[in-house]
Amino acid sequence: MRRGETRAAWLFISPWVIGFLVFTAYPVFYTAYLSLTDYDVINDPSFVGLENFRTLLEDPKVALALRNTAVFVLLSVPAQLLVSLFLALLLNWAGRASGFFRTAFFLPKMTPPVAVGILLLLLFNGQSGLINRVLSSVGIEGPAWTTDPTWVKPGLVMMSLWTVGGSVVILLAALRSVPQELYDAARVDGAGWWRQTWNVTVPMISGALFFVFIVDTIHAFQSFTEAYTAYFGSGNTTYSNDAALFYAIYLFQQAFQFLHMGYASALAWVLFVVIMLVTLVQFRVSKRFVFYEGEQR
Amino acid sequence: MTAVGTPQERAELAPVLAPERDRAGRAPAPRRVRSRVATWLLYAVLAVVTVAFIYPFVWLVSASFKPRSEVFDNKLIPDTFTLDNYVQVWREAPMAMWLFNTVLVTVLATVAVTVSSAMVAWGFSYFRFRGRGALFGLVLATMMLPGAVTMIPTYLIWDALGQVGTLTPLWAGNLFGSAFYIFLLRQFFLGLPRELFEAARMDGANQWQVFTRIALPLTRPALVVTALFEFQAAWTDLMRPLIYLRDSNTFTIPRGLKAMLDQFGFGGEWHWEIVVTASVIATVPMIVLFFLGQRHFVEGIATTGSKG
Repeated sequence: MRRGETRAAWLFISPWVIGFLVFTAYPVFYTAYLSLTDYDVINDPSFVGLENFRTLLEDPKVALALRNTAVFVLLSVPAQLLVSLFLALLLNWAGRASGFFRTAFFLPKMTPPVAVGILLLLLFNGQSGLINRVLSSVGIEGPAWTTDPTWVKPGLVMMSLWTVGGSVVILLAALRSVPQELYDAARVDGAGWWRQTWNVTVPMISGALFFVFIVDTIHAFQSFTEAYTAYFGSGNTTYSNDAALFYAIYLFQQAFQFLHMGYASALAWVLFVVIMLVTLVQFRVSKRFVFYEGEQR
Repeated sequence: MTAVGTPQERAELAPVLAPERDRAGRAPAPRRVRSRVATWLLYAVLAVVTVAFIYPFVWLVSASFKPRSEVFDNKLIPDTFTLDNYVQVWREAPMAMWLFNTVLVTVLATVAVTVSSAMVAWGFSYFRFRGRGALFGLVLATMMLPGAVTMIPTYLIWDALGQVGTLTPLWAGNLFGSAFYIFLLRQFFLGLPRELFEAARMDGANQWQVFTRIALPLTRPALVVTALFEFQAAWTDLMRPLIYLRDSNTFTIPRGLKAMLDQFGFGGEWHWEIVVTASVIATVPMIVLFFLGQRHFVEGIATTGSKG
């Protein structure tokens, strides 16, 4: 009976086991191997030791891509977190009427990222874009968001705020599960609106905040589609914009446009290690701030 | 990855899609008498933000009905209303082919991932076997792995199988389940009463029948969430079509949209009205999908946060 059960269990999980071995475990090791080789798909990989990693350290495009990605992560993640928290708080206060607004905030999340990239080009267009029209109506002369290198990343960050709907929904659910008694108690103690928000709400939803923080960070590090759509193309004329060269875009170009599979594998491993380290630090730091219900009480 | 596992294990027995507490009629917090002014202010801010979120759609749809010279006039109602762009898009690109490819890939990807993930999730929730905890930990750990690390060998596998240039690599990987959905569905299975399945076993049902006839029908809400999420993911994906598709006839809508941008946008011809119209065509199915499954989308996403 028990043996039969074990066999049945393995049959049920067999799709994942096969998929894991073929499409996760093997690729992880094979990428590690390829990162030590020179490989163009046509000829067999030839072993070059740590050559790729040495090249990578001196490649100005890698430095540029890392810098661009770091700037994007540092700007977009806190901005997304603050905006989604603010919107979730608004929805929570709105109470029963929040359904309509929640739908409105979530809809952009359904837009294909390619279309988001296109919208970015159109809305942020320096001369005739809607954003600059609105800005000029209040007397501000908007920059050339899509062509001026200093404004390309802020434009991408602002566009990324349009799709915070998922985080808003997560935070709103967390806000709604904060027990009312805590607010009552805080009020009895004389806490005003700000104290209640800062000392009751934020600690009580810190788990969800942390989740959103981690997920947004991992996504921001791998940010690709919107920037690639808007700033990199290979149609009749090839165009590219160094200010939008994110790490994932450079990796993609190396692998699938230049067929430098070995070099791209090295790039992939570096990205993996960077994301792992950052996530690890985030978990370490979060231990001090994140409060899970039912813990240490 | 231990830190990922702990809160999840703690919440293990809670059904995934527990109804929102608010439905019970509880007023949302913080409950207090708000002044009229504060209420008006709140709704004013909400209205402004809503306009900011919705207006890009309105702008896009409106622009798609404008002639070329008026696309950038930023007027809500087109001065000259025209359907020409929609005719033009169909003429300039194999739109019908792209739509067909996208529907095909999306349906296959959705069915494949839903069925396989449900099977795997059932294996991890109903049965008790040695190494289950460690193995499930591995499932969760794969969620943290950046796609870039497996991208190149995965391409080489499909290349070796002669599938590069076909639609197969866009969906066939889904036959092996996906960690996130496995996690989601397992949470749901764990919330079902075990006696139900034991009773069915007593009545002579075999393991497969217990799964398909009893467990699956009870899991419908979570299966719908899985299917909706994957439908959206497969429909909107650009990365894989960029990697695997070469011939314009095999393109999906997002890949085609990028090609149109390259041809009609910066690429040279500056026919932005075509690009705008194609964007509308790519986006509308997702908006429809959202309104069809709104409740499931919202609850599914809310759940990932509280249990993640």
